[in-house]
Amino acid sequence: MKKLLLATAATALLAGAAGAEEVKLGMHLGFTGPLESMAPDIAAGGEAAAKEVSDSGKFMDGSTVVTSRSDTTCTDAAASVAAAERQVADGVKAMVGGQCSGETIAVLEKVGIPNGVMMISPSATSPALSTIEDNGLFFRTAPSDARQGEVMAQLAKDQGIESVAITYTNNDYGKGLADSFQAAFEKLGGQVTTSAAHDDGKADYSAEVAALASAGGDALAVVGYVDQGGSGITRGALDTGAFDKFIFPDGMIGDALVERFGTEIDGSIGINPAAEGDGRAKFEELAAAAGFDPSAPYSAEAYDAAALILLSMQAAKSADPAAAKEKVMEVANAPGEPVLPGELAKGLELLAAGTDIDYVGASSVELVEPGESAGSFRETTITDGKLEVVGFH
Amino acid sequence: MDLLNALVAFLNFVFIPAAAYGAQLALGALGVTLIYGILRFSNFAHGDTMAFGTAITIMATWALQAIGISLGPIPTALLALPIGIAGCALMVLGTDRIVYRFYRKKKSDPIILVMASVGVMFIMNGLTRILIGVDEIRFDDGARFVIDVRSFREWSGLSEGLALRTTQLITVIVAVLVVWALFWFLNRTKSGKAMRAYSDNEDLALLSGIDPEQVVRLTWIIAAALMTIAGTLYGLDKAFKPFNYFQILLPIFAAAIVGGLGSPIGAIAGGFIVAFSEVAITYPWKKVAGHLGFQSDGLLQLMSTEYKFAVSFVILIIVLLFRPTGLFRGKSV
Repeated sequence: MKKLLLATAATALLAGAAGAEEVKLGMHLGFTGPLESMAPDIAAGGEAAAKEVSDSGKFMDGSTVVTSRSDTTCTDAAASVAAAERQVADGVKAMVGGQCSGETIAVLEKVGIPNGVMMISPSATSPALSTIEDNGLFFRTAPSDARQGEVMAQLAKDQGIESVAITYTNNDYGKGLADSFQAAFEKLGGQVTTSAAHDDGKADYSAEVAALASAGGDALAVVGYVDQGGSGITRGALDTGAFDKFIFPDGMIGDALVERFGTEIDGSIGINPAAEGDGRAKFEELAAAAGFDPSAPYSAEAYDAAALILLSMQAAKSADPAAAKEKVMEVANAPGEPVLPGELAKGLELLAAGTDIDYVGASSVELVEPGESAGSFRETTITDGKLEVVGFH
Repeated sequence: MDLLNALVAFLNFVFIPAAAYGAQLALGALGVTLIYGILRFSNFAHGDTMAFGTAITIMATWALQAIGISLGPIPTALLALPIGIAGCALMVLGTDRIVYRFYRKKKSDPIILVMASVGVMFIMNGLTRILIGVDEIRFDDGARFVIDVRSFREWSGLSEGLALRTTQLITVIVAVLVVWALFWFLNRTKSGKAMRAYSDNEDLALLSGIDPEQVVRLTWIIAAALMTIAGTLYGLDKAFKPFNYFQILLPIFAAAIVGGLGSPIGAIAGGFIVAFSEVAITYPWKKVAGHLGFQSDGLLQLMSTEYKFAVSFVILIIVLLFRPTGLFRGKSV
């Protein structure tokens, strides 16, 4: 007994002397549900950053990082809240998550704010998260759809499109993006002839297409999913000759789009969030070594989310989210020494020495108030049945 | 010229889609009405049996394509139809043997048979998904268009385009042929007359030496043929997805009830009434009105397209309230 006590005391003393601790980081993502195919690669991105920081030995006097996964289900807010509460009970200080907009709002309001847990979402894009009261605890490395709407409007205008009809998938994503696009386009002097919802998973979209055709316009903006109603509407519009020019946001951009429509949609515009630059290439190498797919949507954003959480803790010299949250914007933005993926050890060292850093990361992170990615978007046009990258915005 | 443009826009967005959809509903409603008239219950498994028959047809189509048989510009699925019908007929005969015959022998109330058919619906639902999966399948091959928009515009010089898909034309032609064959069978052949006699009065039919089990079997086989053909045409024209066949049950029942359950002519009329109302009520008439000289800022749309299914419900309620036996005096529900 005496020995045991002694040993315990000695261990406690040792740990105390080093000032090292075990920082718990939650990966709160939709491992089941409608986006379950995306979640593993997103989690892998976040875990890669956590491991890099932990293995460097330079994190807060040799502290280590432990990650734990929990399931948001994407659609069931109650299940997501319960899973997040369990994470907090296990001592998690900060979380990478949630994955979907609705569920993220619920977790932030019911778990994040009451417990003072910092959350950085890699993939929740609803404009509602920009205006939510978050006590400065919520950030996201994904751009708001409000921003995507502006980019879409600008591109359409630049191509000489004066009037558009909008069709959107009947959910938070579709409605949010359609509204922001409409507002931005009208602000630029364009005319929106109609903005109508469509439901996914129907056999027949001829009535929807007829309504859009009747409203008319130079182009049709299809704010939907390529595997769902978005393609159905596009097919109908092409078959009936209602529209021959389209504007496709992120949900529609993919190989499936050009496989399905080929040269029929030549001249249409595509927009999706994507970054260029050195960070991307470094991240791809790193992902190949860690064994996950770097091109998977939002895995780069998850890497950046985890890295930002840990770097801001280092900058605050404390794992306490209340202190760390003040440092996130500072770490993410210029001025400072640029830090790329794979260079987190360098970032940690610089921060320990009191030097300011500018975390660039895998997705060219640039956070704007209130703590979300400014967003870098890729513009593509469809030429000869292929997606051709025109530029970045 | 403007009058022609208005006409073409109407044809392109209202008439052609509604006619094809109406033909599909009419075939479905004919099956429902036949089963109701002769077996005396509303078959809730109708939609999912359509899906089952279509699934077999699709697999037969794949097999034909694999050995290199095709019909040129016409979809190969039409050639595979007999196989689909045979498979579906075996299935419904088996179901009748295992489920419905038991209740028929006991002379159960129709409502018990209806509930049994709900059970069959769920089983059929699962079987189809096990057989072919839940995903959307497109199995139309051959030429996509009879008239396509671009060449129509060039040919006519009109600003409006007209598209007529091969599948739409085939749907209407096949529906007309099937309806003609069915009426010929019911009115001209001995078996058809036996079926009608059994439908009118079971006991009297029995006294005149008609074998009831044979009539039942024949009814199921004809119903299976109607279901498979309707399902395949619907799948060719749109896309095959098992869940959609469950959803199409409501408009089919609406069509059968509007026309009068038990009345074949009513089923056909009902199919077209439901289809044209659904399309015309949710169609914005702005463009057509514009061509006719009435400029409007509004869309001139009675109801947004999300409420398409509500139209079937409303028609159903109105008919049940004011003419419960349907437009063509079928049996009361």
